[in-house]
Amino acid sequence: MMEFDTIAAISTPMGEGAIAIVRLSGPQAVATADRVYRGANQLLEVPTHTIHYGKLVDHETEQVVDEVMVSVMRAPKTFTREDVVELNCHGGVVAVNRVLELILAQPDVRLAEPGEFTKRAFLNGRIDLSQAEAVMDLIRAKTDRAMTVAIGQIEGRLSKLVQDLREQLLQTIASIEVNIDYPEYDAEEMTQQIVQKDAGEVRRILTELLRTARQGKILREGLSTAIIGRPNVGKSSLLNTLVQEAKAIVTDIAGTTRDTIEEYVNVRGVPLKLIDTAGIRETEDIVERMGVEKSRQALNSADLILLVLNGNNELTEEDTLLFEAIRDMNAIIIVNKSDLVQQIDLTRVEELAAGRPVVTTSLLEEAGVNDLEAAIAALFFEQGVESQDMTYVSNARHIQLIKQASQMIEDALGAAEAAMPIDMVQIDLRRAWDTLGEINGDTAQDSLLDKLFSQFCLGK
Amino acid sequence: MAYQAGEFDVIVVGAGHAGIEASLASARMGSKTVMLTMNPDMVGFMYCNPSIGGPAKGIVVREIDALGGEMARAIDATYIQMKMLNTSKGPAVRALRAQADKFEYQNRMKKALEDEPNLLLRQALVERLLIEDGRCVGVVTNTGAEYRANAVIITTGTFMRGKIIIGELSYESGPNNQMPSVNLSKHLEELGFELARFKTGTPPRIDGKTIDYSKTEIQPGDDVALPFSHETTQMITEQIPCWLTYTTEYTHQLIDANLHRSPMFSGMIKGTGPRYCPSIEDKVVRFNDKPRHQIFLEPEGRDTEEVYVQGLSTSLPEDVQHDILRSIPGLEKSEMMRPGYAIEYDAVIPTQLWPTLETKRVEGLFTAGQINGTSGYEEAAGQGIMAGINASLKVQGKEPLILSRSQGYIGVMIDDLVTKGTNEPYRLLTSRAEYRLLLRHDNADLRLSEIGHELGLINDARHAKLELKKDEISREMKRLEKVVIKATPDVNEKLTAIGVSPLKEALHAITLLKRPEITYAMIADMTEPPVALSAEAAEQVEIQVKYAGYIDKQLDQVERMMRMEQKRIPDRLDYDVINGLAIEAKQKLNQVRPLSIGQASRISGVNPSDISILLIYIEQGQYALTAE
Repeated sequence: MMEFDTIAAISTPMGEGAIAIVRLSGPQAVATADRVYRGANQLLEVPTHTIHYGKLVDHETEQVVDEVMVSVMRAPKTFTREDVVELNCHGGVVAVNRVLELILAQPDVRLAEPGEFTKRAFLNGRIDLSQAEAVMDLIRAKTDRAMTVAIGQIEGRLSKLVQDLREQLLQTIASIEVNIDYPEYDAEEMTQQIVQKDAGEVRRILTELLRTARQGKILREGLSTAIIGRPNVGKSSLLNTLVQEAKAIVTDIAGTTRDTIEEYVNVRGVPLKLIDTAGIRETEDIVERMGVEKSRQALNSADLILLVLNGNNELTEEDTLLFEAIRDMNAIIIVNKSDLVQQIDLTRVEELAAGRPVVTTSLLEEAGVNDLEAAIAALFFEQGVESQDMTYVSNARHIQLIKQASQMIEDALGAAEAAMPIDMVQIDLRRAWDTLGEINGDTAQDSLLDKLFSQFCLGK
Repeated sequence: MAYQAGEFDVIVVGAGHAGIEASLASARMGSKTVMLTMNPDMVGFMYCNPSIGGPAKGIVVREIDALGGEMARAIDATYIQMKMLNTSKGPAVRALRAQADKFEYQNRMKKALEDEPNLLLRQALVERLLIEDGRCVGVVTNTGAEYRANAVIITTGTFMRGKIIIGELSYESGPNNQMPSVNLSKHLEELGFELARFKTGTPPRIDGKTIDYSKTEIQPGDDVALPFSHETTQMITEQIPCWLTYTTEYTHQLIDANLHRSPMFSGMIKGTGPRYCPSIEDKVVRFNDKPRHQIFLEPEGRDTEEVYVQGLSTSLPEDVQHDILRSIPGLEKSEMMRPGYAIEYDAVIPTQLWPTLETKRVEGLFTAGQINGTSGYEEAAGQGIMAGINASLKVQGKEPLILSRSQGYIGVMIDDLVTKGTNEPYRLLTSRAEYRLLLRHDNADLRLSEIGHELGLINDARHAKLELKKDEISREMKRLEKVVIKATPDVNEKLTAIGVSPLKEALHAITLLKRPEITYAMIADMTEPPVALSAEAAEQVEIQVKYAGYIDKQLDQVERMMRMEQKRIPDRLDYDVINGLAIEAKQKLNQVRPLSIGQASRISGVNPSDISILLIYIEQGQYALTAE
């Protein structure tokens, strides 16, 4: 943290914006950017304070991640007085997070702490001394907020899993330690074979974790959104409105990725991934087709449901069935066609909405669209999803840490395989244990000793 | 009547394992030193098990030797059994352990003290310190003698307000029924020191003639005994075995039936005991599913029948101890010579010390050993030598010596103590060292003897030998990097003979040596060095090549740590005025007053954000200091 290694972070506000900047600072900044950059020149060779067009490519899959303008600024005439690279990429949470994640997947780079660019600028003598206090306030303020998020996450699934994994590792480590510190104690002798079995299990779970437990799913993949409603209530209009109103399609990378990415729309910084968009256009009523239970199952995978009603009609049996299908789900109720005579019983709608937002629109006349967007944003930012934003940022870190831990377990397994002494194998297990501990901010060294003495009956 | 008893550079109070190393180091560094002890017959006495060394601890003994201390030489001259532990594991965790002839050991130590030209050994019970202008300038004994000095080291072990507890009986006493030290403890409290109440215990001793060894398992020493000290040339060949037996179900029933008489469970014992040294009653209660516990029978010396019953530490009543002993196979007819007991004592909370072991409260006053909340002879001796060195450096107006966590277990221990404190008697374990692979017993001399030489504690001849060894190692490492081993029939024959697949192409010797099955001896056989290496140098070459990957990883971590260690925190920095520091961090920082950002970052309760703030605040260059 205080070592001047290379750091990276998104340095523009999260959310809307046509362009977002991912900034890197530190000795490896240029080399790191160069590793994922494909353009006319090698960034390592370009003159300082120049800007270059190119593509960012995941060098493992060779997939294009984004189209960017890259500024290369070498020390000392930079904000931090270190080498700085700024990746100007497409705005929107999804795109910029993908770029950040790509950068963080490179060796020797880590996510910047809150306020760290400013801190470096100060420590390297770039900022006036009088600003020191402000920097300290910044660090304190952001850290406290990060703490709240961290606490929130402690109850989370990932956190629980990590705790279990650490416990498992600690068990193995303690068993090795007891053999070392109490060689004559009648505990089971930990052999390379036992360690291979134990650590192999941890590796399996870590691999699984990396594959499935994608906590930042929403922000990386968008809030999966389903539009439902009876025929002719305005579902297609809603879709068109959303697509038109979206300030920018999240990414406009040409070619193969385009079709899938087109499902993303950006509503006031909230990325929506419209589920089965084509289906909405072509088929009419899912409940009619599938029945309530099956619809429920289908809708269960959605993070957000937009239920469209026709204000010009009274509520129908079908509408009630739809309400039934989305019971307890995250939804916004849209009473459309406000330009026509209102026949709908709004009190009844509110009742069925059960506290969920109800918005009145005329999609045809583009009335109430602002209210709808506000409702979506409010749902996202106020009802705890804002912390998802923070969660995601720490998640990029989490994913990094899990990958690192996974590599360390791999090293331990390799060492056990090569019949390295057990205390050497333990070095990597211990590192993995420490690394996983950073996810929950739990790096208390004493827990190993606690484990030793609670588990084994040692002493003279 | 008060009288002047003499002026010295350094006074050492106590003659246990800490006091011995402290006074010898101080005297050998040219400081006129006096050692004051209540009873000169008990110099270097082993109040608990008659054994020195073991994992981590054995490495400390080697470190003491590398700094020119006495413990290694004394045990090499008086052991009854020597054993290398963890031989099936990696080099980092190997360690020597010796069973001592405890009486010969203390005679040997007393003679070393007596023979030291610059050192006086006196019988005296110190009751008070002489303090002038906040500095400790001497001590006063119960006979009114005033000893004056520029530095005082207190090493009173478990004697301060000691209290022995056996069953329902308890009385004020030092260990082994020695006189306790009551007034000094009170005096320290008056001076404002915070004391903790700790507890430890010891098992009964029995008459070896009454043991039926046929019912136990023999635990012999190594066929070839290795010394702790680099100065030892002559090893003792005649070794005495230890014996292993186990508690029985009946033992556990006896303990269960008498728990109501145990001071551990009746609430009579208030002090905090060490978790790693539980009493047998504790073990039976906490691990009641374990059908039996190990009991090692350790002879206390060559000229005594007394046998130490390791594993049976207890404060149960004497009659119960008697019955328990007789419930153990081999001990059915044993005669108990001394009962086990628990002892409570006062300890100085060690966060009140600088990393030099000088107290923050009183300049010139040092504390070392069990008084600082540790447990174990080696831990005590390790602190003793550092306190002796630093007291002597101080009176000579020189810079102090602080060992880092990457330099030695002694550094790890002292940093743990003064940075984190301890809420139970502290024992060194290899798992406390984050750079365990660097802190090996085989390289203690390479790590520390240069320092010992600079201090004048290692003589030139020994230093020259060390330089020679370093040369040997580096020359051979360079040679192995260059020399190529070809896939000749001769080489491949040798490889297949030990079950290793033959070479297909030529390899650098260093690459071949990295293979787990290949030893340096085999390499030397395939490609002889111009001059054969000493066994010690060969061992270093083998370790440095084989574990290079891991060693490099740790060196990398050390380098990062050192950057933080080198960022100094000004003396008397006023933490209270620093904006943004968390309240808990302020409290802890005020208490510990770390010397470096590195040390500050290890204080529990000080978060990374606090460290950032501190770093910026100090870097800014205009910081506030407290008045005093």
